[in-house]
Amino acid sequence: MISLQSYLIISAVVFILGILTILYKKNAVGILMGVELILNSVNLNFLAFSKYIDAHINGQLVAIFIIILAASEAAVALAIILNLYRDRANIDVTQVDQMKN
Amino acid sequence: MEAKELLFLFIAIVTIASAGLVAFSNKLIHSAFALMATFVGFAALYVFLSADFLAVTQIVVYVGGILILILFGVMMTHRIYDTTLKTIHNPLAMGIISAAALAVILGLVIYRSPWAATVDKPFVPTTSIIGAEILTNYLLPFELVSVLLLGVLIGAVFLARTEEHKK
Repeated sequence: MISLQSYLIISAVVFILGILTILYKKNAVGILMGVELILNSVNLNFLAFSKYIDAHINGQLVAIFIIILAASEAAVALAIILNLYRDRANIDVTQVDQMKN
Repeated sequence: MEAKELLFLFIAIVTIASAGLVAFSNKLIHSAFALMATFVGFAALYVFLSADFLAVTQIVVYVGGILILILFGVMMTHRIYDTTLKTIHNPLAMGIISAAALAVILGLVIYRSPWAATVDKPFVPTTSIIGAEILTNYLLPFELVSVLLLGVLIGAVFLARTEEHKK
């Protein structure tokens, strides 16, 4: 029998790797990949709780909405990144600081 | 039962290893393909969690949609990073420190928390239940999300189109 904790551990490891991706990469598309990893690990948590604790399937329904939000977030983020690339020819997030001052 | 657990272990290792490859790969295109392996591994884990509809949705939306978008993004913007390959990463120490702190917190939460007693559910196909729930109890978030998707559709097209420069 696979326990709830094993799913939570996988989810926590992938969440931490997503945070690490966001902090480690300079490329904006790489940061977007880290965000996707984090959203996936959250989804796994919801599904694990939906199977092991909830008597109904509320977790799966929340997970569907998270998937929709992740898709829309990726679309808008990539549109912004393409615009940035067209404007600056560079998507290094440490170089994009026009709005800093 | 033994084979099921072995398969679970294999899928977990593949998922975590490819997620690590996403984080630490030097080339962004390698990260993108490792991300595909991670998404497929997550879909397999959803099958283990008896979420059949979610597993198929994961494949269709993530692998078929989001990953293709990310690959487009990588391939359309990769030219800069071919020449200056040295400076593509932030310093690792800060990331490792925060990741270790987060790992301690999450580990304590997972092992110390008194989880509620597990419900023993038999597997039932979830598609019809999800459809009924979306149109009854989850109707308001469903409508909100459809309005959001319309906004995102228009917004992404507006942001990504090429401007006609008028004199």
